[in-house]
Amino acid sequence: MKLMKKHILSAALALFLAPVAFAAEDEAVHIENIDYPFDGPFGTYDVNQLQRGLQIYTEVCSACHGLKQVALRTLSDEGGPSLPEDQMREYAKQFEVFDAELDDFRQAIPSDHFPASGLANAPDLSLMAKARAAFHGPYGLGINQFFKGIGGPEYIAALLHGYTGEEKEQAGVTLYENSVFPGGWIAMAPPLSDELVEFADGHENDVEHMAEDVSAFLMWTAEPKLAARKQAGFAGVVFLTLLSVLLYLTNKRLWARVKHKD
Amino acid sequence: MSGIPHDSYEPKSGGEKWVHSRLPIVGLLYDTLMIPTPKNLNWMWIWGIVLTFCLALQIITGIVLAMHYTPHVDMAFASVEHIMRNVNGGYMLRYMHSNGASLFFIAVYAHIFRGLYYGSYKAPREITWIIGMLIYLLMMATAFMGYVLPWGQMSFWGATVITGLFGAIPWIGESLQTLLLGGPSVDNATLNRFFSLHYLLPFVIAGLVIVHIWAFHTTGNNNPTGVDVRRGSKEEAEKDTLPFWPYFVIKDLFALAVILAVFFAVVGFMPNYLGHPDNYIEANPLSTPAHIVPEWYFLPFYAILRAFTSEVWVVQIASFVTGGIVDAKFFGVLAMFGSIAVLAVVPWLDTSNVRSGRYRPMFKWWFALLVVDFFALMWLGAMPAEEPYASFSLIASAYWFGYFLVILPLLGVIEKPSAPPETIEADFDAHYAPKVGGTKTLVNPAE
Repeated sequence: MKLMKKHILSAALALFLAPVAFAAEDEAVHIENIDYPFDGPFGTYDVNQLQRGLQIYTEVCSACHGLKQVALRTLSDEGGPSLPEDQMREYAKQFEVFDAELDDFRQAIPSDHFPASGLANAPDLSLMAKARAAFHGPYGLGINQFFKGIGGPEYIAALLHGYTGEEKEQAGVTLYENSVFPGGWIAMAPPLSDELVEFADGHENDVEHMAEDVSAFLMWTAEPKLAARKQAGFAGVVFLTLLSVLLYLTNKRLWARVKHKD
Repeated sequence: MSGIPHDSYEPKSGGEKWVHSRLPIVGLLYDTLMIPTPKNLNWMWIWGIVLTFCLALQIITGIVLAMHYTPHVDMAFASVEHIMRNVNGGYMLRYMHSNGASLFFIAVYAHIFRGLYYGSYKAPREITWIIGMLIYLLMMATAFMGYVLPWGQMSFWGATVITGLFGAIPWIGESLQTLLLGGPSVDNATLNRFFSLHYLLPFVIAGLVIVHIWAFHTTGNNNPTGVDVRRGSKEEAEKDTLPFWPYFVIKDLFALAVILAVFFAVVGFMPNYLGHPDNYIEANPLSTPAHIVPEWYFLPFYAILRAFTSEVWVVQIASFVTGGIVDAKFFGVLAMFGSIAVLAVVPWLDTSNVRSGRYRPMFKWWFALLVVDFFALMWLGAMPAEEPYASFSLIASAYWFGYFLVILPLLGVIEKPSAPPETIEADFDAHYAPKVGGTKTLVNPAE
C-alpha cells in the first residue's frame, strides 16, 4: 500500500516534471518576473494598461509587426482594452485592408482583423506572449507558473530593454546586440526610447514602463479570454470540491456497515 | 461464461419480460453494473473510471471542436485561433481537450503500473492485458495525430520526426512513410489524413474498451492480494465481494471528482503549462525549431529511441551481424517499439506463481526501481542528445529491457514469496476487524 501511495505521488509529480525538463534546453538568460495585474488565479487585465499598450503598439510596433489573429471589434470587448464602440470604430479606420470582393483596398471596419506584418521578416505578434517562455519552474517545482505564468510577456518586456547599444553589419543587414534574444543579435533596432509615446493620462513613459505596458497588451492579444477562463476554472474547482465532499460523505456512510464501523 | 456466482436479472413485469425475451439488454446492463467486485480494492483501482471519463470527455469536446476546425494547411492554425476567440466557450473546449489528453495519459500510466505491481496481467487475465496494450497503442497514435492538427511549429516538426521513424525500416520504410504522409513530406495531405484518423481512432478505442471490460468481467477483477474470489457458491462469493453498484461506483466517482477539481485548476489557471510555446507559432517548413520535443507522455519512449546511437556496441554488433540492414536509426526504432512490446508480452515473462507484488519481497524493489526508471527516462527524453544524458539514457533503457527480459523471468525462480492471505475476506477483515461478538449479538436482545 505504502509503495502504491508513493507511485500516486510520483504520478502527480510527473505533472510538474515535463516543463521543468525543457528548462535545460535554453541557455539560461535570467528574466525577472514582473507582477502583472493578470498574474495568478484571480488576476485580470488592467484596462488602463491595455489601452496604453494599444497606443504603444499603434504608434511604434505596428510600423512593422501585425496582429492578424485579432479582430478590431474585440478592442471593445469586456475584459480587454474596452474601448467605447465609437472610439473603436474610429480606430479601425486608420487601417487599409484588401477586400477580395471589391478586388481593392478599403478602410477597415470593426469585423476586420488587424493587418498582418508590414515587414516581411517581422513576426506577427498576435500570439507572441504565448509563443515564448521565460520561466521553466525552479528545479522540479514548476508550480510557481500557477502564480507567475510562463513568462511570455516578461520575455517580451526584457527583450525590449535588453539592448546593449552594440551593433554590427552582417551581409548588408544591421544587427543589434540584445542580451535576451537567442543568439545575442537581433535585426530589430531598439524600438523604444524614453518619452517616445505621450499618454493622455500622463502615465510614466520611460522604456521600462512602456515595455511593461506593451507586453501586457500583447498578453491580451494572445489570450483575450483569460478572465472568462479563470472564472470558469474557479467555478469548476469550487463545484467539484463541493461534490467531492458530498461524495466522500456518501462513500463513508455506504461503506461503514461493510467495514464494521457502525 | 462462468463468472462469479451472483444474482442475475429477472424480468418482473410483463413489459420487462416482453423486452427481455427479444433483447436482453436490461439484463446485460444489470449484470454489468451489479458485477461482484472484490471488496478489498484499494485506491489504485479507480483509474479505470477516470480513463472511461477521459475517453468520453475527449470524444465530446473533440466532436464540438471538429465543428469549428478546418483541416487545411492555410487555415488550420487560424481556425484554432477562431475557436479560442470567437466560438462560445471555445477556449474552454480546446484547453479541456488538450489538457484532457494529459489527464488521459497520467491515468493510463497509473493504471498500467498498478497492473504491473499487482500482477493483473497474469493468468487468467492475459487477454484483458493485451487488449489494454492495444488501447494504449491507439491512444498514443491518436494523441500524436491530434497534436499535429493545430499546425504549429511543434505539430509540423514533431510529425516530421515521428513519421521519419517509419522511413528507417529497411526496404519498405520509404514507401510506408510516403503512405503515412500522403506525399514526400508533411503537408496538406498529411494534415487531412491525420484529422480523419484522429476522429476515427477514439471510436475504435471505445470498442476495445468494451472488449477490455467484457474480458475482465469474465475473469473477475484482480485485487491487491491477487487471491481469487471463492466461486464455490453464491454465499461464499458474497463474503469476498460487493456489487459494483453502489459500493465502487460511489467510491470511484469520489476519486474522479477530486481529480477533476485539480484538472479544472490546471485548465482554468495554467492551461499552457504542459504544452510547448513553439506550438503558438504557425508551422513553417523552412524554419526548424532549435529543439524538437514530443509531448511529455511520449518522452520515456523518445529517450529509448535516442539512446541507441551508432557508438553503442550492441548497435554495432547488430549492424555487423545483419550486414548493415539494422543501422543505428532502425535499431532505435526497434528499441522504441520493443520497449512497448515487452510490456505487452509481460504475462509470459513473469514466471512467479504469486500474483500480487505485495507478497514478493524481492520483486517489490525491482518494481520500485522500474517506476524510478520510467520517470528518469521521461526526464532524459526532454534533455538534449549530448553527454551525460546520452549515457544515462542508455543505462535507463537497459534497465527497462532488463526488468522485463531478465529480472522478471529470474525472480520467479529465485525469489521466496511470503504467504498471501487465504481469502479476500481474511485480508479485508484484517484491515477492518469485525466487532467482537459480531453485530448479531447486538440485534438478538431486541428480539
